[in-house]
Amino acid sequence: MAGKPKLHYFNGRGRMECIRWLLAAAGVEFEEKFIEQPEDLDKLRNDGSLMFQQVPMVEIDGMKLVQTRAILNYIATKYNLYGKDMKERALIDMYSEGVEDLGEMIMHLPLCPPDQKDAKIAQIKERTTNRYFPAFEKVLKNHGQDYLVGNKLSKADIHLVELLYYVEELDPSLLANFPLLKQIQLYPPRQGRRVARSWAPVTAQTTLGTIFFGREQPADR
Amino acid sequence: MTFFPPWPNCIVLNTAGKNTEITRSVLGAYRKPKPAVMAAKPKLWYFHGRGRMESIRWLLAAAGVEFEEEFLETREQYEKLQKDGRLLFGQVPLVEIDGMELTQTRAILSYLAAKYNLHGKDLKETVRYQSARANTWFFSKLCLPIRRLRSDAAFQPGGRGGDKGRCFLALAVKKAKTRYFPVFEKVGCGDPDFLVGNKFSWADIQLLEAILTMEELDASVLSDFPLLKEFKTRFSNIPTIKKFLQPGSQRKPPPDSHYVEVVRNILQF
Repeated sequence: MAGKPKLHYFNGRGRMECIRWLLAAAGVEFEEKFIEQPEDLDKLRNDGSLMFQQVPMVEIDGMKLVQTRAILNYIATKYNLYGKDMKERALIDMYSEGVEDLGEMIMHLPLCPPDQKDAKIAQIKERTTNRYFPAFEKVLKNHGQDYLVGNKLSKADIHLVELLYYVEELDPSLLANFPLLKQIQLYPPRQGRRVARSWAPVTAQTTLGTIFFGREQPADR
Repeated sequence: MTFFPPWPNCIVLNTAGKNTEITRSVLGAYRKPKPAVMAAKPKLWYFHGRGRMESIRWLLAAAGVEFEEEFLETREQYEKLQKDGRLLFGQVPLVEIDGMELTQTRAILSYLAAKYNLHGKDLKETVRYQSARANTWFFSKLCLPIRRLRSDAAFQPGGRGGDKGRCFLALAVKKAKTRYFPVFEKVGCGDPDFLVGNKFSWADIQLLEAILTMEELDASVLSDFPLLKEFKTRFSNIPTIKKFLQPGSQRKPPPDSHYVEVVRNILQF
């Protein structure tokens, strides 16, 4: 039996968070090795573990994968979260890229110089309400299904839910006009620790019973 | 096309209206294949320049796929696309293919690479295939930061020739020489013919594109990378790619001030 995937990153969200979400949604237990000192990163580089000297890096199935998208795509394929054929995958990719574009803007906000911050936040809010949320709301409305693609959970749904939480952290009112998006969001934050119990009605087709995220282990599946 | 069977006609034709085994097998050997259904050509919607569409053009060209292009020249055209709901996030590139309206460059590239079998070695459901896919993804993605610098350069005040523009371009060349090309050179050592999985993949195409565009900026950029030089020569001679490199192909020139003006006008920034 293969060992658990091992994630190498800083102890924070950054570019590793979406990978954590995806593994968690797939019900895969994983280990984490946090980079806390510059020496930790140097060691990884000197060992030749980082192909392009960058993290995230995930040790999985005998490989040391770098590049967030490559890692996400591998995990999604492995755990059947990538649609059933090429066309579904194209849609999943398209939606995931849109989520990532907005997510990247939010992720970079802490690095924004203070005098530009307000303008940046305004831009994020504008894009959220005028570009991205309407697009996803429309997709869900058009087919009337619970999931974005193929009536089945995929990485696109997981990335979108993660994004919804970040937008909510920024400004909860942004979700107000998007009822379908609100519906796929799960439990509201409780005291900063958020745990999701179930993704969607558990049916015979649902392959995931429980999602967890954060450092807590699931009680049961 | 005239058909001359090596046997006398009487064997090929049905004798006495009977379809004998011999006749069927001979017929089978000479029967023309069912005419292939003419697939519609992919249709690309973008400005008349490189931008984010160029890597898609490269991939299609390398795969030997003919494609059509619609060029955005006015704000009205762009607004019509948006109003018609054809741009999921209100953005181009847009590629119409197989009944879908695909946007998001990476999604398009990934679909095309899978469709035209450019994902490296074609082993389904094996770790090797999946890791090859993962590898092509990140090799091809590597060229993106350099590309971003180059395209950003065109949009700086004064364009590519201005101070900031030149700065961006110099940085792109520096990154190529110090961070990315050394890695490709090293990987090339392990796999003499192709970057991934012993088969021409979209990573190879993207690397070739990166090399050629870097050489446009600095002709000596490959001076320390003999394997990359050799890679470039070898790949430039692949028939489909060679054709794409000829004048008159659908390959686009580097961005000039006219291109920048059109894009600024259409996207209003």
